[in-house]
Amino acid sequence: MIINHPILGPRDSAEFTYMGDAALLDRPDWQAKDALLQFVDYGYLRDNPAGPHIELWYHEQGDRSFLVVTRDTTTHQISSVKLASDVARGRGRSK
Amino acid sequence: MSQINRLGGGQIDRTKTLDFKFDGKSYQGHDGDTLASALLANNVRLMGRSFKYHRPRGVLTAGSEEPNAIMELRDGARQEPNTRATTAELFGGLTAKSQNKMGSLRFDFMAINDRFSNFLTAGFYYKTFMWPAAFWEKVYEPIIRKAAGLGSISFEDDPDDYDRGFLHCDLLIIGAGPSGLAAALTAGRAGAQVILADEDYTMGGRLNSERFSLVDQSGADWAAKTVAELTSLPNVRVMARTTILGAFDHGIYGALERVSDHLAVPEVGKPRQILWRIYSKRSLLCAGATERPIAFENNDRPGIMLAGAMRSYANRWAVTAAHNVAIFTNNDDGHKTAADLHAAGVSIAAVVDIRQDAPLSEEYEVIAGGQVVNSNGRLGLTSIEVSLPDGNTRALPCGALGMSGGWNPNIHLTSHHRGHPVWNEKIAAFCPPDNGPAGLSVAGAALGNFTTAEALASGACQANAILKDLGIKQNKVVLPLAEDAPANMTPFWYVKGCSRAWLDQQNDVTVKDVKLSHQENFISVEHLKRYTTLGMGTDQGKTSNMGGLAIMAELTGKTIPEVGTTIFRPPYTPTAIGAFAGRDRGTDFRPTRKTPSHTWAEEQGAVFVEVGMWLRAQWFPQAGETHWRQSVDREVLATRNSVGICDVTTLGKIDVQGADAATFLNKIYCNGFAKLLVGKTRYGLMLREDGIAMDDGTAARLAEDHFVVTTTTANAVSVFRHMEFARQCLWPDLDVQLISTTEAWAQYAVAGPNARKLLKKVVDPEFDLSNDAFSIYGLRQYHCVRWTKSAFV
Repeated sequence: MIINHPILGPRDSAEFTYMGDAALLDRPDWQAKDALLQFVDYGYLRDNPAGPHIELWYHEQGDRSFLVVTRDTTTHQISSVKLASDVARGRGRSK
Repeated sequence: MSQINRLGGGQIDRTKTLDFKFDGKSYQGHDGDTLASALLANNVRLMGRSFKYHRPRGVLTAGSEEPNAIMELRDGARQEPNTRATTAELFGGLTAKSQNKMGSLRFDFMAINDRFSNFLTAGFYYKTFMWPAAFWEKVYEPIIRKAAGLGSISFEDDPDDYDRGFLHCDLLIIGAGPSGLAAALTAGRAGAQVILADEDYTMGGRLNSERFSLVDQSGADWAAKTVAELTSLPNVRVMARTTILGAFDHGIYGALERVSDHLAVPEVGKPRQILWRIYSKRSLLCAGATERPIAFENNDRPGIMLAGAMRSYANRWAVTAAHNVAIFTNNDDGHKTAADLHAAGVSIAAVVDIRQDAPLSEEYEVIAGGQVVNSNGRLGLTSIEVSLPDGNTRALPCGALGMSGGWNPNIHLTSHHRGHPVWNEKIAAFCPPDNGPAGLSVAGAALGNFTTAEALASGACQANAILKDLGIKQNKVVLPLAEDAPANMTPFWYVKGCSRAWLDQQNDVTVKDVKLSHQENFISVEHLKRYTTLGMGTDQGKTSNMGGLAIMAELTGKTIPEVGTTIFRPPYTPTAIGAFAGRDRGTDFRPTRKTPSHTWAEEQGAVFVEVGMWLRAQWFPQAGETHWRQSVDREVLATRNSVGICDVTTLGKIDVQGADAATFLNKIYCNGFAKLLVGKTRYGLMLREDGIAMDDGTAARLAEDHFVVTTTTANAVSVFRHMEFARQCLWPDLDVQLISTTEAWAQYAVAGPNARKLLKKVVDPEFDLSNDAFSIYGLRQYHCVRWTKSAFV
């Protein structure tokens, strides 16, 4: 597979480490009332869709960027690649 | 022994005679021969035994689709099993052995299995070895294991190197027959970056196997001339002996180049094979087509082969399997073989054509509306039985029989991404699917364009369409005029009433087995494959699958496309594991990391342990110590009572800098770091999100905005990965940067009551090591040395 890195251009997926579902970005608020339940979901539950899947790829053998990649699990077609830090900010994460 | 089956002409070099051995007996062939063509030249038709019934078998094909003539090549550490004699290039001194026999090839003791064929039908193992259960491990399995498998391995290390390489191109052309060459010429002259790969050692595909000419030159000459031009173009890479194994994602193809398989020993500095990863913008499949056999009773005797292969042997290698040959065909192409062999001086016993309106010949007999219903000859064909249209049967003596049941496009790569092949009624074969791998086009016989003129034209046309897509100026190449006769064909898969008629010769699957499997309710074609083993093995059913599908279709009352095909998967042809391993063998399997004191430790006779790819000195045995506990106990006591030094460079070290460095560490450790004073070190524990301990180490504060974190040796990579995740994905706005400095700093732990005394000897006097100046968990930087004092190692 080839992942089109937003900064570096097309790179072979062999340079990356697959980090699974990008839902990892949505770390629950530990002070929420139902924090325990939320953390159980966050820690253990993942969707396993046949189709588009939003996932994290870590450019470990490259610039160490975490990328959010939208990949169809049935065709390996990649429809979008973004820097994870940008996506995280978009989801309201900051400091 | 003389080459009594050698004909005139051909593309072999008669000035170079090569000696080789088969089953211990010496023979001679010529440069340009394959092992199979050289054996046929020497009148060797018997080349192996079948897998299950140990029936005598000869060569069926002239290419990589070969199911029968698979052999063990070479001796000693280079011995390799299951190699197809049809693709093995002959070299001087080659030794080959037949496989799958007990005793000699002519008298195989396991041939008794053939007598019990009524019991050894499809599903025999599943039905027979069920009871008693206790028998499985002790009795059945050892016997089956002994009987199973094909060739044997040497159990020695392969002395050759295997490499891996990476290539990039605009257009990858797979196959260098007429369509591939026309495409390469078109794209190459237009200036595109082209890779042209072909599994054969001589490019040209069927052009080398046919007698017709392209205007004023032979097909082989045109191919050679074209390849020479392509080789001269700097933007074209011509790769012979290179098989494209599979179509992977995003235009990536796997390719195996057999650099030295045709040599007794690779040249110095050259690998045996290279596994290439080819990154292509576009690709064009020009893989040609494979001929289909026809199933009839006892159709597996040595001497019975595909008619197109016979033509290859005659025209390319100047060889005939026998001097009296019959043809069994359902199409016009079979007649070409008869004409070519006749022209080469081979006597044609008859052409048996299932069609009433078969084209007749003045030179030899054509039996229109006839069928071959049986064959005779224990170790090789001696005669066939032909049923005539009038209902009589006639015996026809012959030493070889060419079968032609039509041709199947080689569409394998087009369904590597699960694309479903499309049935083409006109050629009664599956053609490439519409939903093949993105960027892959198909041309020539692989697309069902079977005439040479069609192949040339479609290759050029597809190449131009690709050039247009890539924004490269198109190029009109003038192609030579070529034969354009449609090969009329009437689909015919098997002779009615036959039972021991082989569909899959490698796995000994007969028409009877397919019928039995249907009778036992195996309806899906994938189940048929697993139950009967049809289409498994080294040839993956390249010559056999269609026959099985046709019979299944008939039994179920469906059409062939309704029955469907099994899915093709990579690799296209068998590939040595060594090629996948490449250079990653032995100590090169992964990097070895050595500490700064490694050489010294080695000199002291240290025993090393591998941790996180590091070699770490575990203990230092001294004279007289016979057990590791003796060495370790001595070292522990020395440290407790005096002083000990340990090289802890292997610990992970991560430099953390930025205005929010302290905030960041506060978040990733379960204990606090915000209040850690500059010049102090603190122990830290990291937890996973579910509260389980992940790693521990120390963090030292060098400045307000500068920390150094240590990790355990084994978790250095995963902790750094986790910290990057936290920095980029959880708190993207924190002002903090991370650098792994594990290998930038040597690290030593000095412990024991005399630690300070020892250190005093190595530091300058002004460096105060007193408790007041250098307190517990204190941190000092002195020149390029950092000192921490801690109660944790």
